[in-house]
Amino acid sequence: MGLRYGIGPEIVRDLNFSIAPRSFQFLTGPSGAGKTTLLRLMLLSLRPTRGTIRIFGQNSAELRNDELTALRRRIGMVFQDFRLLDHLTTYENVALPLRATGRGEGTYRTEVIELLKWVGLGDRMAASPTVLSGGEKQRAAIARALIVRPELLLADEPTGNVDPGLARRLLRLFVELHRLGTAVVIATHDLHLMDQFSFARRLVVGDGRVTIYDGVS
Amino acid sequence: MIEIVAEIPRAKNALPAFSRNVPLIPANSVAGRALVVVVAIMTFLACLTAGAALLVAKASQEWRSDVLREVTIQVKPLTNDDIETLVAKAATVAAQAPGVASARPYSKTDSERLLEPWLGAGLDFSLLPVPRIIVVRMRESSAENLARLREALARDAPEASLDDHRIWAARLGMMARAIVALATALFALVIVALATAIGFATRGAMAGSKEIVEILHFVGAADAFIANEFQAHFRRLGFRGALIGVSAAFAFFLGAAALSSWWANSPGGDEIAAMFGAFSLDGVGYVALAAVGAAVSLLTGYLSRSIVLKDLQKLQ
Repeated sequence: MGLRYGIGPEIVRDLNFSIAPRSFQFLTGPSGAGKTTLLRLMLLSLRPTRGTIRIFGQNSAELRNDELTALRRRIGMVFQDFRLLDHLTTYENVALPLRATGRGEGTYRTEVIELLKWVGLGDRMAASPTVLSGGEKQRAAIARALIVRPELLLADEPTGNVDPGLARRLLRLFVELHRLGTAVVIATHDLHLMDQFSFARRLVVGDGRVTIYDGVS
Repeated sequence: MIEIVAEIPRAKNALPAFSRNVPLIPANSVAGRALVVVVAIMTFLACLTAGAALLVAKASQEWRSDVLREVTIQVKPLTNDDIETLVAKAATVAAQAPGVASARPYSKTDSERLLEPWLGAGLDFSLLPVPRIIVVRMRESSAENLARLREALARDAPEASLDDHRIWAARLGMMARAIVALATALFALVIVALATAIGFATRGAMAGSKEIVEILHFVGAADAFIANEFQAHFRRLGFRGALIGVSAAFAFFLGAAALSSWWANSPGGDEIAAMFGAFSLDGVGYVALAAVGAAVSLLTGYLSRSIVLKDLQKLQ
């Protein structure tokens, strides 16, 4: 698989790898190497200019819009810049994926409140993202990705805006999610953090290619 | 010593109001307010044209009904017979004809007064063979009754001739239909202009809400869900605009009705009343204006939904 923007050079090329169900991996490499691009390809928000992506057993090039929507409901994404909606409260942001499926507010209220408490935002439910700290926004973004209990979680630098202590706590949260059955891909360039989770596979992006290092059992 | 006491507002941290679903497309934006103004103006213009068409259509029906119910018998003093006798005879024949409600002869003075605008006052009309008029009111306008009246006059009062104003009524009707057609065309143009403005506003809102649309896609929202959100957003804006426009149109027609009744006794009042009736819409008219407002509100939502759905198909 390869991808280029317009007539420019290929950002990523000759990629050939798979993410196994219930696996845990870091996606790493220097800034600008194409980590975010790879995550967006996995989220199907970008289409490869050559080659194919097979996701949950389906060829992404052959997906209809409704099938694409159904697949995205099985994926949770944590963006580097959080991408929370400022005119909604933290609670409404976290509930958004459930609301988007057409569920009534009464049917998911308890789940959302419990998850918000679990990520330590129980007392910030009514706050607008504009008044949240970087760490709180990060946790809200993570909660939004987790609320649908995704089969695949993609996180782009989820610890980039938080202090080392919180970063470790967030990572433990992802590990816990992995144990519950979710495949996790975390993009980061924090080597120290990766070293603390040596069991994780590492996908190292460089020069548009990916080199894979299996984790230590 | 200066002591500063800062109180951190806690309202932001209070439990949210869970009972409502906040609109995902922010309600208050500059583009949104501009659209409310455009919809308000367009709705007002649409209501004006619709109201004018209704007024003219109603007035035209009244004119034609009045004109066709009234016919005129003219008695010309062409023989040496006494004109008063001929008039009385023709009036009697007319009054006895089927379908006639009344036959009122104009007196000699009345007939002469009809000529005053053209010949001036103070003229000695005894030197002129002034024809005499009998105004006949029919119970209902029917060609059969008119034919019988014409026959009766030809048989029993041959000096009298009947004028049933049908040509005049036909011209009035044609003019009224032309005015109604023009108002309908203007109404259609206003609606087309409104639809175009909604199209621009929707695409503007979509461009302004690109981030929201992207996030909604990423969290698994279907195109129909996003389109519903835009539809609800524009229906709300459309409703606000339409409400303002319809209210302004109500105020205009109510004000016009009050003014026309105030002018009714002035010299120009007769002409205005002849053209637009009493210049007041009836209950059906106001219901029609409210229906225009409701239709504009629904049209705004529906159009934006179809535009959003079409654009989302290209986006994914």
